[in-house]
Parts: sequence; structure tokens; C-alpha cells
Amino acid sequence: MITPEVYTSLGLSEEEYNKIVNILKREPTITELTMFSVEWSEHCGYPRSRKLLGLLPKTGKYKSLIGEDAGGIVLDDLAIVFKMESHNHPSQVEPKQGAATGVGGIIRDIFVSGARPIALLDSLRFGTLSNAYNRYLLRGVVDGIQFYGNCLGVPTVGGEIYFDDSYNGNCLVNVMSIGVAKANKLVRGIATGPGNSIIYVGASTGRDGIGGCSVLASQEFKEGEEKRPTVQIGDPFTEKCLIEATLEAIDTGYIIGIKDMGAAGLTCTTSEMASAGNSGMEVELQLVPRKEQDMQPWEVMMSESQERMLVCVQKGKEEEVSRIFKKWDLHAVVIGKVTEDGMVRIKDKGQVVAEINAHSLTQAPLYDLEYKKPGYLEELNKLDINTIPEPKDYNLVLLELLSSPSLASKEWVYEQYDHMVQTNTIVLPGSDAAVLRLKGTNKAIAATTDCNSRYCFLNPYRGAQIGVAEAARNLVCSGADPMGVTDCLNFGNPEKPDRYWQFKNCVEGIADACRFFNLPIVSGNVSFYNESPKGVINPTPTIGMVGIIDDTTRICSQYFKKEKDAIILLGSTKEELGASEYLKTIHGYIKGDAPALNLNEEMAVQASVLEAIRAGLVNSSHDCSEGGLAVALAECCISFKERMIGATIDNLPFEIRMDALLFGETQSRIIISCDRRYLGKIEKIAKRNGVLLRIIGETGGESLRILHGKSEIINLPLNDLNRHWRGALEKQISR
Amino acid sequence: MKFGVVVFPGSNCDQDCYYVVSNVLRQQVRYIWHKDTELGGVDCIILPGGFSYGDYLRTGAVARFSPVMKSIIDFAQKGGLVIGICNGFQILLEAGLLPGAMLRNTNLHFICKYVYIKTYNHKTPFTCLCKNGQVLKIPIAHNEGNYYIDNLSLEELKRNNQIVFRYCSSDAEVSADFNPNGSLDNIAGIVNKKGNVLGMMPHPERSAEKILYSEDGLNIFKSIIKWLDKK
Amino acid sequence: MLKAEIRITLKKAVSDPQGLTIKRALESLGYQDLEDVRIGKFVVIRLRCKDINSAQEQIDGMCKKLLANPIIEEYQFKIEEEGRTA
Repeated sequence: MITPEVYTSLGLSEEEYNKIVNILKREPTITELTMFSVEWSEHCGYPRSRKLLGLLPKTGKYKSLIGEDAGGIVLDDLAIVFKMESHNHPSQVEPKQGAATGVGGIIRDIFVSGARPIALLDSLRFGTLSNAYNRYLLRGVVDGIQFYGNCLGVPTVGGEIYFDDSYNGNCLVNVMSIGVAKANKLVRGIATGPGNSIIYVGASTGRDGIGGCSVLASQEFKEGEEKRPTVQIGDPFTEKCLIEATLEAIDTGYIIGIKDMGAAGLTCTTSEMASAGNSGMEVELQLVPRKEQDMQPWEVMMSESQERMLVCVQKGKEEEVSRIFKKWDLHAVVIGKVTEDGMVRIKDKGQVVAEINAHSLTQAPLYDLEYKKPGYLEELNKLDINTIPEPKDYNLVLLELLSSPSLASKEWVYEQYDHMVQTNTIVLPGSDAAVLRLKGTNKAIAATTDCNSRYCFLNPYRGAQIGVAEAARNLVCSGADPMGVTDCLNFGNPEKPDRYWQFKNCVEGIADACRFFNLPIVSGNVSFYNESPKGVINPTPTIGMVGIIDDTTRICSQYFKKEKDAIILLGSTKEELGASEYLKTIHGYIKGDAPALNLNEEMAVQASVLEAIRAGLVNSSHDCSEGGLAVALAECCISFKERMIGATIDNLPFEIRMDALLFGETQSRIIISCDRRYLGKIEKIAKRNGVLLRIIGETGGESLRILHGKSEIINLPLNDLNRHWRGALEKQISR
Repeated sequence: MKFGVVVFPGSNCDQDCYYVVSNVLRQQVRYIWHKDTELGGVDCIILPGGFSYGDYLRTGAVARFSPVMKSIIDFAQKGGLVIGICNGFQILLEAGLLPGAMLRNTNLHFICKYVYIKTYNHKTPFTCLCKNGQVLKIPIAHNEGNYYIDNLSLEELKRNNQIVFRYCSSDAEVSADFNPNGSLDNIAGIVNKKGNVLGMMPHPERSAEKILYSEDGLNIFKSIIKWLDKK
Repeated sequence: MLKAEIRITLKKAVSDPQGLTIKRALESLGYQDLEDVRIGKFVVIRLRCKDINSAQEQIDGMCKKLLANPIIEEYQFKIEEEGRTA
């Protein structure tokens, strides 16, 4: 007997339960009910976001691939596959394993398509470090990522870490992975061909994470809840073996389709592979390798034990494929076959315990949710710059900004990640984007993750657009042409109209910006319900972007390379302080509007820089973002610790307030340094693109000096800047 | 001449080592699966970095019992060249082909960064192209690089000139300040008494191409080739 | 069924930075009377064996061959009938 208690405990509403009864034309079995509850949960079925996600463009200037588990871009005969995913709620509860299994899950989504994973990036957000639990979370998450990623031999090459009060009670762990495959060897997550076999490979099934997906990811954290048992434990060694075995098996050509058992485990793979292949599937649960006794059928179907996959293999080739997995000491058991009746039929000891039409499982109901602009925003967006006192000591302000955890160097973190394994990393962590060579070609790819959640809080539409613009800008600064986007959209409870309004506006912003830049969104993820009694997170639509560098001799990075180089500022600076790090860190306000964004100007600045880098005219290139111009200049001086080079800046556009000039976060600005003999050529390029170019100073010396006429606004020795910037995070964490 | 790169379940620098030998140095190389007992007539064995068997129990503890290790021990006893890099070094220690043991880095973290190492014995097959005291810029990436050996055995290592590399500054200064993991006497790499088995924590295969920040690692591979050429 | 409980610890001469870090963490929580903290490994092996002497020999062999590294670790173990409370 299915009572309301039963289906509500699984996260289903009365309406959804009635829909299920309608679909089956009878009461569901417990197994069927749990299968619906996970497939229809927000994390798997996207009932509340699918409609809006339909706005995101799927095509762009390069050929895109949209797949079941990950998507990508085709580049000559290669496919660059990438995706970002969240593992927020588990990480808040058990940071090491939450982050570790987040890495495991995203990597599986990549190699399951036949692509070898070549890089990881992670975008992390935590509450302020003054809180001991947030320090514990940061240490735990970093530990989880290094524990899993290093063992797999996939380099963690980039990402970002931000701290903001809104993440107290809800940290965000978004992990992105990139893989490379020969385009004609890609495999999809489908099951077709009646009679073909369904093989279970990988680790055994236990009770890990049962209900993790439907229960954990689809609900807010309530006060004092003990959710630890639903977090999965990862085993990177098994996954490493799984990577090698899977790529070897795919090479045989006998694999029709393969899918990773991530959220909702067997339920997800059986139903989604059958649905994608427009076929059916029959599976016998007694054949599933188990690590625990007396598991009920619904437990086996819901289990989120890690490092498992489902493979659809050509009939007759089961032994050959299984042998490869067994060579790597992994389970490989035929547990079922493909049928042609479109039904997912689950048997336990020969008895049918679930029989559902595959499409009805994978097509979760679509919801139209109410949205309403939050009342507080109008007032919050008002910022009278004249009420903000100008600082007396700009040196102190710069040092304070450089040592604030969001802006400080993340070296303490990335030195714990193996970022060199696979010997493809040619721009190491610490620059605007990571750059990885593509062995066997003269090309390289650049990758970055970006999102300023404060901009998105104050102006969701523009903030989200800025995320796209900034990611593209970061890639261009490395010499790359942006190719494709993945996203991880993190928001609060969508059933609350103000949160849904934020979501809707962010998605629209991303869609418009991507269309403008002619970039497709090839894959992505939505994470809702990121709120707790402590509050709701800032809207955080994280953008992951990949770009292509056609010639590895034309790569750029952010730090000054030589003394006596000219320093150029491209783009115009407005008098705006809204939403800036400076306003928050120095004056204590989160107020104003997100910085203005003129997409045409942004495109022009990016085009100029890319052209100049490709022509071999540029020595360093760095965009202005959080902390503004002064922070960006400091980073150009000190980010390469083996060779720090100072600068004298004496020609800034001083018409606006000094603090807005130095710390305002006006968009579409890039600082480049070049040999003086190339100035003429660069000026021509800027002029042709209609971009404002200003020679603001020269590299050299042991300090960063910013002069206004004869007065020194900033004069700081590089060692001081470096000590504050590089040592800040470790100091904050070890309190 | 032929190189052999051993692959254990969990090795993850095998492909990088293979790439350097075949693509950069254009030498013959083959993979040797950990269950093989035939080495395939190779002249030099490379035990690559990674997390063999997940580093479970102790790093290298389980790998050293793989079937291939018997053949490698045999090969080494007959004078064959063996180089263990990072996890490979750890496996050689567990297998007793090199003396001592590895402990966890003193800061208890995994460390990945470029370091400098100073060459103390330039007469081994692995350093014959290096100058005495030459500083090499090569990256490390490990959790357990804190080399340990008892005092008496340390004296023996020194007496026999078995310490090949020590961590140092870019100016060749050797001190605790430039030791990333707390290893005894700043030791980064050693050879056995006979000098045909080398273990080193830094990854020369990661600094063997100009595009990768440093080419210094190439010296080690080229030394091996020169040595084998002479024979 | 016999059950062996094995304790593996670092030799006294070997420094234990993990133990030291944990000692400091405990002290910061207010525990002031700590002399020393050492971290080790605890292994439980259930043997399908009825003879305690044979079991002891087997477990000792396992420790020597694999479970402990004699250069840096030492071990002790006890073996009991499974089900008997300590």
C-alpha cells in the first residue's frame, strides 16, 4: 500500500504520484515508485529548469556535439568533450568525500564517451573564513579533489575559489572536466539492437548514497539534520582502472553504448539508455555484484555506489569485452538485454518488480514556476558614489585587497593538485586560463571557469552575461579563440518566486551573451535548493569555457616577461564602484549595480588582443576583473614568483575618482605588455577595431608604482605585494 | 636499444615516460604489464610514477609483489639499468632494490611544483651527461617523498657515493629551506651500491621538452642512452 | 573463525608529523595533559582457521611480508575466537 507518507518521503508530490498512477494505469510497486522519485527529481529530470534551459543555444562558430552525458566541440578529426557538474549538498555534509565523488562523477561522464580525460577545473565557493566550519569545508574539499584527481592522473589545472557570506551553510563545489577523443570513435549513452547484451562493469553495489539524489539534492538543508549516511565514498584507484578498461573496451568497436552510473545509479542508466535508444531493456537484479547483504530491489536500483557503468554490447561479443574489464580486476557481468518494447523491465529472482515505459521515466513533468523580482533589489541597486569616502592610503587598500581570500593567490590550493601529469599543461595554474597542448598537433586548448556571484545577486541578467564575457576574455588573454561553453547553474529553492526570477534572468543573460559571441552551450548542470536556515546563496551561474589556440608558439600568460616593456590598457574605464570587491572589503557594502557591459565593446577589445597575440606582438596579457586595475597590475608583476618584475604606471585616465580608477570593476578591459617596437602595430589593430588604447606605463624595477603627476598613489615593493598575496590564504586557513 | 615502461594498476605517468622515450628521444620502447614475467629484451626499465594499487596500505607496498617484479629484481641483479620515478622509487624501496623507506611529506600535503636538485654523483648511468654539482629544474608531485634511512645506513650511502640528487635552491644551495618534503639529508634521489638502479622523487619526464618550462629532465634520459650506447 | 587484530605503528625513531599535528589540534580544543600522540594503522583479519598457533604464524608472516615495513614500522597483534568479547 502506497500511502502519502511513503511518496512524500521520497520527495514526490501528490500530483506527481497521481501522474505515476496514470502512466502505469495501476498503483506502482515500491521499486517503481523509487525509480520515478529519482528520475523525476530536480537533479536527474530537471522538471523545474528544462523549459528555460531550452533557451540556451546549441550551435555556434565551431561544430558542436550534444551528447547524453557530456557534449563538446569537433576540431579537425578530434572531439574535445567537456562538462561541469555540481556536488554541493554532499560536500557541505562531508567535504572530502563529497568533493572526491564529484570529481569521480564528472570524469566518468567524460571517458564514458570514449574520450580520455585530460584536465579538471573546479569552481568552489565557501562562506567567510572567519567561521571555523567554512575553514573545515575548504580544507576538506581541497583534500577531496587532490585525493581523487591526483590518483586518477588527471591534472587539475584551473578553477576559482570565492568566499562570501551567502555561502555560509551551503558551499558550492562545481567540477569541470575536459577529454579528447578521435571524433569518429565517440560513443553515446544508448542501448539499441534487440538481443544485444547489457553488461554491468566496475565496483560492487552497496547502500551508498541511497536517496542522495532525490532526497539530498532536491531539498534545502533543514536545521540540525543528519544527512551523513547518504554521502557516497569514492575509490579513485578503481576509477583509474575503469578509465583504462573502458577506453580499451571502446577500442574493440563492440560497444554500442555506455553510460556512467552517477546520480540515481541503475535507475538512471537503464531508463536513460533505453529511452535514448528508443528501445527497452530487461535486467535481472540478482546478477548485480553486491557488497552488502540483503539488499532490496529498490535499494539496488537507487544505490549510488561509485565507479560503476552500464554497457550495451553487441550480441556475441560479451566475453571479449568482459575480459578487458576483468584484466583490470573489475566486475563485468551480463545482467540483461535490450528489448524492442520500449519498457524498462526490472526482475528480481525472475519476478518482475518494475515495468515502466522508458520515455515516461525520463520525461519528468515540466513545471512552470512563478517568478518575481525581489523587493529589496531596487533599493540595493542605488549607490550614490559620493557617499563613499575615498581612502587616505592607497597602498594599504591595495594590500588589503590582495590579501582578501577571494583575491589572494590560490597557490596553497593548487600546489596540492597534481597539475602536471600527462605532460600537457603548458600554462600552469596562476594565470587567466589553463592551457593544455594537444599532442600530435601544433594546437592547444585553453580553459577557464568564471562567475561573479555578487554581480548576479545585484543584477542577475547582466551578472550572468558578464560571466560569459569574462570567461571569453580570459581565454583570449591566453591567445585562444573561445569555442564552446558548459555551465553549472547554482541557485536557491526555485519554488520561491524571487529565486526563480534570478534563475530565469541568469539563463536569459547567458543565452543572449552566448548567442552574441556565437558560442554553443554543449553541456551543463543545474543545482537548486542551495539554501539553509542561514540563508540562500547568491545566484551563481558558473560558466566553463574552452577555447582553441591554433599555434602553440602563440600562447600568452598574465605575468610581465621583460623589463622596459610598454604597458597598455585596452578599453575604457567608467566611474563605477557598484558590486565591487573594493566596496565590500574596504567599505563593507554589497550594493549598487553590476558593472555596465557593452557586448560590442567587449568583442572589439577581445578581437584586438587576440589579433595582437596571434601576430606575436604581445608579451603578457591580463584582464581586469575583481579588485580592478590596481589588483590586475599587481598580479602582472608578481604572479610568476621566480621572476617578479615591477612597473611604473604614470599615464592613467585620471578624470574619474581615484578609487574608481584603481579598484572599480569596469568590464571589457585588458592590460597587455609588449616590446616598444611593436607599439605601432598594436595601435593600428586597436584603431581598426575601434578600441580605446592607452600606454599607461613601463615594466621594470622592484616595485609597483602608480603616479599621478608627481604624487605617488601607490608605491609598494614587489616582495611586500607578494608576501601579502601569496601568504594570505594559508594564514586565514590555519587560524 | 630498448626501454621498457612497467604499468601497474594505478600507474599514471607510464604514458608520459613512454612519450618522452619514443617521441622526444625517438628510441624503441614497450609497455610491460605488471603480470608479465617476460621483459622483452629491454636494456633499461622505467618504473613510472602514479598511485599503484591506490597507494593502499603503504605506497608501493602491494606493487612490489606483482609478478613482473621478480623478473625486474633478476634483471637488476644481472646489472640491467632500472630507474624508478616517484611511485617507481617507492616500489624499489619496498622491493629492497634500494635501501630506506618513504614517509609522508612533513607538511602532510601533496606537493606539486618545480624544484631544483643538485647532482652529487655524475658518474652513474643516469647522470653521466651531467656535470658535477649541476642543478636541474625538475618538478615533484607526491604525498610521500620524505626519504628515511637509519643513521648507520645513511653513512654507508655517503661512503659509497650513492646519494645522486639533493634538493637545492636555483643557486645550488642545499638546505632545509629548499627541501619540500622533509626528506633526510635533503635526499631527492639515490642509486644502489652497484650504481645500476636509481630512484628519484622528481619527475624527469615532466621536464623533457622546451614547451614544458624546463628541459633539464632530458639529461637523465640522454645519460642512459649514452651509457647504453657505450656498452 | 579466528579474528586477529593487528596494530602497526611507526618506530619510535621515526618522526610522526601527523601525530604532532593532531596533538596540536587536540591541545587547541583544550586537552592540556597530552604527552604524545602517535598515529598508526589497525588491521582486522578473520581467518578460516581453528588452530591458534598456526594462525599466529600466518599473521606474523603477513606482518613481516606485507602489512608492516620493518624499516619504519613495528607491529603487535592478538588473536581470539571470533564472537568472544574482549
